[in-house]
Amino acid sequence: MIRFILLQNRQGKTRLAKYYIPLEESEKHKVEYEVHRLVVNRDPKFTNFVEFRTHKVIYRRYAGLFFSLCVDITDNELAYLESIHLFVEILDHFFSNVCELDLVFNFHKVYLILDEFILAGELQETSKRAIIERMGELEKQE
Amino acid sequence: MNPFSSGTRLRDMIRAIRACKTAAEERGVVRKECAAIRASISENDPDYRHRNLAKLMFIHMLGYPTHFGQMECLKLIASPGFPEKRIGYLGLMLLLDERQEVLMLVTNSIKQDLNHTNQYIVGLALCALGNICSAEMARDLAPEVERLLQFRDPNIRKKAALCSIRIIKKVPDLAENFVNPVAALLKEKHHGVLITGVQLCADLCKVSTEALEYFRKKCTDGLVKVLKDVANSPYAPEYDISGISDPFLHIRLLKVLRVLGQGDADASDSMNDILAQVATKTESNKNAGNAILYECVETIMNIEDNGGLRVLAINILGRFLSNRDNNIRYVALNMLMRAIAVDSKAVQRHRATILECVKDSDPSIRKRALDLVYLLVNETNVKPLTKELTEHLEVSDPEFKGDLTAKICSIVEKFSPEKIWYIDQMLKVLSEAGNYVKDEVWHALIVVITNASDLHGYAVRSLYRAVQKARDQETLFRVAVWCIGEYGEMLVNNFGRLDMEEPATVTELDAVDVLETSIKIHSCDLTSQAMCLIALLKLSSRFPSCSQRINNIIGQYKGSFVLELQQRAIEFNSIIERHQNMRSSLAERMPVLDEATFSGRRAGSVPAAVSTSQGVSVNLPNGSAKLSTAHVADLLDLSLDDAPAPSSSGGEFLQDLLGVNLMPVSLQPDANQAQKSGSDVLLDLLSIGTPPAQSSPSTPQVLSSNTDNRSPLDILDRLSTPSAPSAQVSSTGGNSSMLDLLNGLPSSPPTSEGNGPAHSSVTAFESSSLRLTFNISKQPGNPQMTLIDGSFTNKSRDVFTNFIFQAAVPKFLQLQLDPASGNTLPANGNGSITQKLRITNSQHGKKALVMRIRISYKVNNKDVLEEGQVSNFPRDL
Repeated sequence: MIRFILLQNRQGKTRLAKYYIPLEESEKHKVEYEVHRLVVNRDPKFTNFVEFRTHKVIYRRYAGLFFSLCVDITDNELAYLESIHLFVEILDHFFSNVCELDLVFNFHKVYLILDEFILAGELQETSKRAIIERMGELEKQE
Repeated sequence: MNPFSSGTRLRDMIRAIRACKTAAEERGVVRKECAAIRASISENDPDYRHRNLAKLMFIHMLGYPTHFGQMECLKLIASPGFPEKRIGYLGLMLLLDERQEVLMLVTNSIKQDLNHTNQYIVGLALCALGNICSAEMARDLAPEVERLLQFRDPNIRKKAALCSIRIIKKVPDLAENFVNPVAALLKEKHHGVLITGVQLCADLCKVSTEALEYFRKKCTDGLVKVLKDVANSPYAPEYDISGISDPFLHIRLLKVLRVLGQGDADASDSMNDILAQVATKTESNKNAGNAILYECVETIMNIEDNGGLRVLAINILGRFLSNRDNNIRYVALNMLMRAIAVDSKAVQRHRATILECVKDSDPSIRKRALDLVYLLVNETNVKPLTKELTEHLEVSDPEFKGDLTAKICSIVEKFSPEKIWYIDQMLKVLSEAGNYVKDEVWHALIVVITNASDLHGYAVRSLYRAVQKARDQETLFRVAVWCIGEYGEMLVNNFGRLDMEEPATVTELDAVDVLETSIKIHSCDLTSQAMCLIALLKLSSRFPSCSQRINNIIGQYKGSFVLELQQRAIEFNSIIERHQNMRSSLAERMPVLDEATFSGRRAGSVPAAVSTSQGVSVNLPNGSAKLSTAHVADLLDLSLDDAPAPSSSGGEFLQDLLGVNLMPVSLQPDANQAQKSGSDVLLDLLSIGTPPAQSSPSTPQVLSSNTDNRSPLDILDRLSTPSAPSAQVSSTGGNSSMLDLLNGLPSSPPTSEGNGPAHSSVTAFESSSLRLTFNISKQPGNPQMTLIDGSFTNKSRDVFTNFIFQAAVPKFLQLQLDPASGNTLPANGNGSITQKLRITNSQHGKKALVMRIRISYKVNNKDVLEEGQVSNFPRDL
């Protein structure tokens, strides 16, 4: 199960933070700080997996942005790595060539996309097209 | 009105915040915005509500407090439109979590939305519920969610399925309600619904064994078929990831098959074919394919045994291990660790590759590989593996050395075939990374060295050589210092030299040199310095010719600002200068430390009884132990008579005295323990001392009969906390009394009169036929109270019967009389009657005790009355 998802830039600014487990506000800030420290200085040749407390962080860097998933120790790392990529593809498709600024100004839409992709810490939909279509329908409701 | 397109105030705010050049400026903008939002909230303006909340969410992401917006979420959720509800639910998930009380208020709104006619609103409600639902909400809303599992739109069905996972995790009792709807979901064609249904099925099996049994019976074949279809499906662009159709679904299916197959041969059997197919046919040049293979291997390892499949799985891991991609190697190591329980031989084949991974530059890989190597070690391969790891220690990253040394030490301790190898390996580790090992490690090494009596010489010589090369490794240095102190003479005379060992050409001066230069090095910490001092004291006895020089070295620490060092230096100095006769026995070798007790203590769970028996079974090192015990007894004696301190501080002071000798004196182990058992025993000792004639022989008995459950290993604890005892002493002023004691040792014979106000004995009354003796003692901490043991002796030839003792005191005293031990006093002093008195002196320090007494008894049926006054009490009572 995914415990939280973080989207941070190289400076450690959080662009998206989604927690599927309850944490105190102060604890969240601590987690965000620690995860950023863990991933930001790793060599690109290193594994995309880092042990974090009693869990694992699966991360992937896209330009200046780090996508990090914290998952259980027994979870399939490779599969979560693949799901990060799928999420990025969906964002890329939706914002047509996504950049950090899109995520800043449309953060509420990013959350909306994430809620169509992952729910309760589990994968909800694996089809890029289905999610994009769904987003179109939701936008029509506005 | 759409707040994000027309009003653009959110956009403006984000721009304004982004334009800030300093953190202070940003805080200013945020403060202003928050003030505006608060004002808007208090006006209760519905038009701007969802824009305000959106802004608050952004501010929240920046890390500012936004709790004042919580109620706005609830209002938005309760409003009718989709845009408001959307922002409301988003805010709910971001700003609140399941533990907040406010959440109770939202349950009803969610319930209404779950029944809403607009399926998008139903979707919003399900999403929020899935992410933040509490146990209470789960109970309230489970029926709605269960119903939605059959909703016509697949988007709702899949959301409801994931929502159900959260519900059954919060309230496992609800699991049975979901079993039947899930069985239907497993037959779906829609991938989204299927993948969530499969996930829910796996989670149901985890919380309920009935569900597991049900799915195993009814759904195993169906799930195998679904996996077959997915694996064999033609190219589907919608789900394609690098040539594989929906790897995520593959993985979920493999996972649920693992749950169903585990512990059930029939179910395992029915999935063999498809597992073999997935394991052999899946493309392995892309991450997605490897993810499937990885999951497949795990399933094969966990379901009931099928030899062929296991071979296949181990081979896949072997291929993974030689992959160039670090991620793949990482998961291979990870999985091999689980495979070791199933087939350790197959894993052993990859030992060389795994060892290479320990040297990888990526810390994640190194850590996994090291854990795996640790599991691979056994009696046959321990030597080469340890060699490899120790060699790697030289070049490894500093941050990895801690883990690496811990593992090497653990391996060496667990599998060491002989002691000499153990000592050699530990020496290598300590020389290379001594600053990274934990205290237990070098403590353990000392325990092993003391137990290997034939290797004492070898150990001390090797340590001497090692410490010449690597003085900067603190723990190595400590072990070396300890051994030089204990076995210094073997360093010089090559005692017990092994064939392969080069003869050492160390002189007594060299040995002292090492200690002298080291103790002065700036980096030498307090513990090491204290150990050096003790070692020097011991060497002064081993090498009498260096005694004067050692005394000079020790003397330099008499002015140390560290109380502990200062005190030890003064004590040792005094021992060397004035007490040659007892120095050699004080500086005896330590008794052999008990290995079993030590390892038990490390495990942290030694029952008291066990350690007692082990403590007692410790061997005595040599015949001189008795002698030194006698010395200790002498010291105790002296303290009784000479120490001017009240008995309470005398107890601590004694304790400290033994503490001093803990290292150098080869105490009988039991004596050691007596010290450990604290001041109670010591107080007993003090009271035993009252009849002077008995004290000398009885003290050692008390010492040896007192078996406390502490073990001699406490000595090592002492080593690492050298300052504890000194703190006690300094507070009681025992410092000076200790010096007095040592200085007075040879010259002052034990005297008991006039010098011991704490304990004395007076003859209170004496007539021709009767004698009354008072044994007087003081209670610690209560100077006004005096305890008196009265003892009556009959000097005549006739028995006294109906014996009654009465006493009276002036008003400033209070007298309490306990009942007498009897009323018949045998003749000719053949026994006595005793009676306890307690006197409280309200004018303590000003007036002395005084007492009138009257004694009546019958002799040959004749009443006798004797009276008198007792005024010969010692002063200051």
